[in-house]
Amino acid sequence: MRTMQTIFALLRRELTLAMRRRGDVLTVLFFFVIVASLFPLGVGPDTQLLRLMGGGVVWVSALLAAMLSLGRLFANDYADGTLEQLVLTPTPPVIWITGKILAHWMVSGVPLILVAPVLGIQFGLSNEALGVLIFSLLLGTPVLSLIGAIGAALTLGLRGGGVLVSLLVLPLYIPVLIFGAGAVDGAMSGMGAEAHLSLLGGILILAFMLTPWAVSAALRISIE
Amino acid sequence: MLEGKDLACVRGERTLFSHLNFTLHEGELLLVQGVNGSGKTSLLRMVCGLLAPEFGDILWRGKKIGAARESYHAEMAYFGHAPAVKEDLTAFENLDFSCRLAGVALDREEVEGALGHLGLGHCLNLPAKSLSQGQRRRVALARMLLIKAKLWILDEPLTALDQAALQLVQSLIGEHLQRGGMALLTTHQPVVIPGVEPRFLQLTP
Repeated sequence: MRTMQTIFALLRRELTLAMRRRGDVLTVLFFFVIVASLFPLGVGPDTQLLRLMGGGVVWVSALLAAMLSLGRLFANDYADGTLEQLVLTPTPPVIWITGKILAHWMVSGVPLILVAPVLGIQFGLSNEALGVLIFSLLLGTPVLSLIGAIGAALTLGLRGGGVLVSLLVLPLYIPVLIFGAGAVDGAMSGMGAEAHLSLLGGILILAFMLTPWAVSAALRISIE
Repeated sequence: MLEGKDLACVRGERTLFSHLNFTLHEGELLLVQGVNGSGKTSLLRMVCGLLAPEFGDILWRGKKIGAARESYHAEMAYFGHAPAVKEDLTAFENLDFSCRLAGVALDREEVEGALGHLGLGHCLNLPAKSLSQGQRRRVALARMLLIKAKLWILDEPLTALDQAALQLVQSLIGEHLQRGGMALLTTHQPVVIPGVEPRFLQLTP
């Protein structure tokens, strides 16, 4: 009961903060749209080619956009002392860490999922592939927030932490990219996306259960 | 009762203090003293549980604080260097959220009352970025009042406060001690609390 109250209070606080700082949310969203839109300019207007790469391009852009938003996850709270106070609450760290990651996903992951269909249409994805793209992002973007949180917690308070996060986290994003883009590919080629999507779901469950513990350990080190 | 047994703190290569012992009973005030860099903040962070001691144990009601973390943190409140005030939230929202996160749900009047008590009644709904440093620290102090902890750990609570606020904070600490609370604090200013004979803890390498 108390646990739910804490998570609820944390979510409300994080969402209020995001509403007050809409610029941060929009930056990530525009970054996503711009990166994805650069590819057609680079490779030329060959419709067949663009249709083939569409899923992969949207997924790579989502990965980069998710990276961009990681800096906000703990850094502000660390700087103004809120993180210390969170550590000192009687709530177990894993609970509020899960709450923070959930809030981060709602603010940085969900907008990407909402915009992705528009980008998919730009690339000429079929209706079925569009559906699979959205569903794969729905399963995959929470994993990006969960894994990214470990990197954000480890690099807290370090100089040049932003670049370090990319080096730490991007390799760990590879499985999500492979199965996410693979699902869209499967739908395009008629091979079916179920296998990729189930693996993505498996990764999500695993990440949801394990990463908060890793983040908790990383935060303890960073705060000392 | 809070007890520190044979504590040592090492930062980098330097030993800040070692063989440090102290006890703190209900209604007592312990003033930690020492020059800059003598490890006052480190000691306070250690007592909070933010920093693991290099050596020694900290006991709360006879149990190590690491082992009884949840029950300890439910009875403890820490006031650190950073006031933990979010610039984009109003003073009221800041206090309301920080109490809720500490597991204390309050109604509007109580939160407003605490802010009023600390002289912030007129800026309840101002975003914290328009508050001064001293006012932000007052918001953090209001939090100490509301979460009703037994043990107050205060790191330099008197800096950046005006004369009236200095008096107020000292009387708040006095009231807290009278209720049977305990306080551990560092300060470079003289602390005068009527009816309270503070004990001193000198930090030396």
